[in-house]
Amino acid sequence: MSGIKARFHARIGDFTIDLALDLPASGVSALFGPSGCGKTTALRCLAGLQANAGELHVDDADWTSLPTHQRPIGYVFQEASLFPHLDVRGNLLFGFQRIPADQRRITLDQAVEWLGLGTLLERGTDRLSGGERQRVAIARALLTSPKLLLMDEPLSALDQRSKQAILPYLERLHAELRIPVVYVTHSPDEVARLADHLVLMEAGRAVASGPIEDVLSRVDLPVSLGDEHGVVIDARISERDHEWGLAKAVFDGGAFWVKDLGLAEDSAVRVRVLARDVSLALQRNEGTSILNLLPAEVVEIAEESAAQRLIRLQIGNTAVVARVTARSEHLLGLQPGKPIWAQIKSVAIIE
Amino acid sequence: MGIDWQPVLLTMKLAAVTTALLLVLGTPLAWWLARTRHWLKQPVAAVVALPLVLPPTVLGFYLLVLLGPNGPVGALTTALDLGTLAFTFAGLVIGSMVYSLPFVVQPLQNAFEAIGDRPLEVAATLRASRWDTFFNVVVPMARPGFLTAAVLAFAHTVGEFGVVLMIGGNIPGETRVLSIAIYDHVETLEYGQAHLLSAGMLLFAFVVVLTVYLLNARGKPDR
Repeated sequence: MSGIKARFHARIGDFTIDLALDLPASGVSALFGPSGCGKTTALRCLAGLQANAGELHVDDADWTSLPTHQRPIGYVFQEASLFPHLDVRGNLLFGFQRIPADQRRITLDQAVEWLGLGTLLERGTDRLSGGERQRVAIARALLTSPKLLLMDEPLSALDQRSKQAILPYLERLHAELRIPVVYVTHSPDEVARLADHLVLMEAGRAVASGPIEDVLSRVDLPVSLGDEHGVVIDARISERDHEWGLAKAVFDGGAFWVKDLGLAEDSAVRVRVLARDVSLALQRNEGTSILNLLPAEVVEIAEESAAQRLIRLQIGNTAVVARVTARSEHLLGLQPGKPIWAQIKSVAIIE
Repeated sequence: MGIDWQPVLLTMKLAAVTTALLLVLGTPLAWWLARTRHWLKQPVAAVVALPLVLPPTVLGFYLLVLLGPNGPVGALTTALDLGTLAFTFAGLVIGSMVYSLPFVVQPLQNAFEAIGDRPLEVAATLRASRWDTFFNVVVPMARPGFLTAAVLAFAHTVGEFGVVLMIGGNIPGETRVLSIAIYDHVETLEYGQAHLLSAGMLLFAFVVVLTVYLLNARGKPDR
């Protein structure tokens, strides 16, 4: 048995967390939910910072009774929380120096290069921007060569520009690190960009958990994702249309035309299709400005509200979710098994 | 007119020994007060603060009773063949420690409380044990607090009078500290000597208080 298996039960004031987590041994698992749902508490339980009744096994090792400083974790807090009495180098080396030399799998040079810290090493922590501070904090955590990386909304304290500047670093870590990452966030955008596995949380419990494609294509989720409800699909750029500035992204079951962002042919991309951007038609509708018309099949229909339905469609082997009105559902005679045309107004490349 | 250096040197020795011992004992006490949620926290904090409000003679009186041959501590020290501590340098150190305790504990407690939980948690996630965290994160972060505590304890001990008068008496080289010497000079109308020592004290006190203010101004966190 590998991966992370956790059962946490704790009462903090009038908040109760009662959580079962089964997370894969690699990739990024996102804990997603509204503020106050207990996602940070869950992360603190994983780190041993929050006392709880329960148990924790990581790759067969029993971590239940290990104090925090004996757990091979890296933890990135919401605020960078750098030590003010040390410069950047001192902060980076704090954890590095405390693990045995033969357990150091990440070197200072590597961490500095990954997070672009080369020119900052001798700086005091008070002379860093918000984004730089958080990059130092991430590198500091990585330098303990953790077996599990825990990140608590590492971008939420940053402005939009710093956020956009730091995301490529996180995506690069995602690609280069072979350790599991548990990432707490309330941003659907970060989930779409970074997560492989998704746990939806509400009121101290996990209400849905699974590979991100599966969770996001469910139409019967017990929590509403609202306008952010949409699927992510892994695709590959197959050709570029320079005349119109478009690129073709092929996925398992079809292809989308997307805005050409200059990605080379054959590069892997992740695209996001929001439910509100998918409309349905009985025939292939030629007189439309919508580029992406794909034959699909209705799989499942769920009532989102009195007036709205979420429809799960299958395009080849790929699931897509559409949001339509109850009236349209009735007029089109939608039901499972019915062939339909999906008109996709917008497809966003997120990676 | 020569200065009688003996009380000056004795005072410095007393203040140095008292400060060193207070930092050793006051640090864990201040740490406990800063971190605990025990119901005893407020009562203990109140006891620590008592020397701030009590007349030194009251402190000195009870110390004399405790340390004297008929007091419980005096009985113990006598039984251990140490004699009684009243009217000795050791007794003076104990009295000074009680008298200056809040001046060490309160700045340290404030400094520890200002650090908060987060740096301790960060250190734990970076593999530092509790002791490691204390010496390599807490102490450096609380450095202005330690400096303030040390300076105040030293200065306050130098300035004490009532406690010394009660439990130390006036034994040259043993318990005759500066403030007592000044009192003596005035009693015997040696105003010149009294002026010299008093002016020295005044200057010393100003330098000390100024140092504390400068340290506090510099020790402010940068963010």
